[in-house]
Amino acid sequence: MKKFKGKILCLDRSDINTDEIIPAKYLTEIEKRAMGPHLLEDLTLEGFDVQKDLKDIAAIVTRENFGCGSSREHAPWALEVNGVFVVIAQSFARIFRQNMFNCGMLAIALPKEQIEHLFECCKIGDSFLSVDLETATIQVTSQDKHFTLPFTISEFDKTLVETGGWLEYADANY
Amino acid sequence: MGKTIAQKIFEAHLVDEPFGDVCVLKLDRVFCHEITTPTAIQDLVARGKDRVFDPDKIKAVIDHVTPAKDSKTALQGKILRQWAKRHGIKDFFDIGNNGVCHAIFPEKGFVRPGFTIIMGDSHTCTHGAFGAFAAGVGTTDLEVGILKGVASFKLPETFKIEIKGTLQAGVYAKDIILEVIRQISVDGATNMVIEFVGNVVAEMTMDQRMTLSNMAVEAGATSGICLPDMTTVTYLWPFIQQEYESPEAALADYTRFSSDADAVYAKTKTIDVSQLEPLTTFGYKPDNVRPVSQMAGTHVDQVYIGSCTNGRIEDLRVAAQVLKGKKIKATVRGIVSPATPKIFSMALEEGLIKIFMDAGFCVTNPTCGACLGMSNGVLADGEVAAATTNRNFNGRMGRGGMVHLMSPATAAATAVQGEITNSYLFVN
Repeated sequence: MKKFKGKILCLDRSDINTDEIIPAKYLTEIEKRAMGPHLLEDLTLEGFDVQKDLKDIAAIVTRENFGCGSSREHAPWALEVNGVFVVIAQSFARIFRQNMFNCGMLAIALPKEQIEHLFECCKIGDSFLSVDLETATIQVTSQDKHFTLPFTISEFDKTLVETGGWLEYADANY
Repeated sequence: MGKTIAQKIFEAHLVDEPFGDVCVLKLDRVFCHEITTPTAIQDLVARGKDRVFDPDKIKAVIDHVTPAKDSKTALQGKILRQWAKRHGIKDFFDIGNNGVCHAIFPEKGFVRPGFTIIMGDSHTCTHGAFGAFAAGVGTTDLEVGILKGVASFKLPETFKIEIKGTLQAGVYAKDIILEVIRQISVDGATNMVIEFVGNVVAEMTMDQRMTLSNMAVEAGATSGICLPDMTTVTYLWPFIQQEYESPEAALADYTRFSSDADAVYAKTKTIDVSQLEPLTTFGYKPDNVRPVSQMAGTHVDQVYIGSCTNGRIEDLRVAAQVLKGKKIKATVRGIVSPATPKIFSMALEEGLIKIFMDAGFCVTNPTCGACLGMSNGVLADGEVAAATTNRNFNGRMGRGGMVHLMSPATAAATAVQGEITNSYLFVN
């Protein structure tokens, strides 16, 4: 099982699509690691610097409908090869969300107030999280503040994360 | 309590409910193309599981970049080609016979009412036009589909959208779906199936229904379903006449997969399209929609007519009707891409290709190409396209480019004027 722990990158916009996460011109690549240098390359967002802001991140916090558009699993792969195994958003597009769990990664939906709270922390300074799947909680550390956010995850999604993904699960069961 | 078509299809295909809310479904079709399938193939090979669940239920095409534009796309084609050959996948469409997946697969009769279909392509929802549950998935879902013939979905709720009224001249299925997306927004149907009903849908041809269902995903929907009727049967008849005594018998069978009158819907909406004007997008989201009249005069550098949304024969006829006897503006690059070889051939026979060429359009082979900025008409930074495609995302047709989505009629009129223009100014 992957580890869900590390620095948070906040992307303050709704409807970030998979073309923005990984542009179509890189879909000619067959190896996942080829996506690495191109994560969020085409994202235009005030205050976001693709050259600097991706350094050492392990999680993304964002708004509504993250991952809409193309079904490309290259988007979760681009996150995965950059060490980003968890995305927290107010809501997700269906295919992206399913792709994340299929890859054994986490797409966690939280209510607006909690997303807002995370954004406030990120504004103040570097923030870090650690996800505990057993207790379904997110421990957040921001400057001198520590707090815990509960989240909901279905048994199925949890099983996918624990087994490594849908292929592993389906191969064992069907 | 009655059931929706989606519920009935799920019940008929249910293999397992491992965790209550998750349905593992048996698949009738797994469609494949050369962009999202090779990685699945490579992974299956690496795992020592290079097998397919049923070569007759898998259909494959090279469509996104064809002919190959470089060594990498050539390799993607090669991997798919060799895989199809070694597993005996007979329905594999390669150069000379290939077309845009969501146009060629229906055209070959591969889609039937009540089917479950997945593909590693978000616009797989197009096939819902036939009363199928068809959903776009990622590569892992595709890989499991290829290997095991199953896919997992949560039982989707249904959003019933009734389209009623009488369309004005110059208004088409594309304008209707843009209006739907404008009203419900880009995530208005997330995790839901849209069921399109109403007199306007009932009167639509299959080509028009496919345009409607195609963009259901732009409102977040898992699939966009039109209920099977005699129009569906008539389209499919050449492929099913050995199975049924009569079209009526086929329809009676297919209406097993029709929503009950007392089916329960999560949401319903009625849209009267009688006053609807031709529409186009502004901005970078498919729900940024305005009447063409409000966008009139917007300069465009390129007009693209094609794609899984609007590259079918009826689309080309409509565009050619606008273009007949006219020249496109010298400042505009016109590109038309018939979506399949059959459509191309029909367009040739009907004289449409000559109309496009005489007007100054470049006619390309069938391919997805420019729609997602991969080949055959990528935009330069700062350029503007009028396109009959489905996504106006920032950089979609090329980094720094702007895309305005519209119907083939509006796109043709726009090509003539060199700026966004209503088609009814050109057609008597």
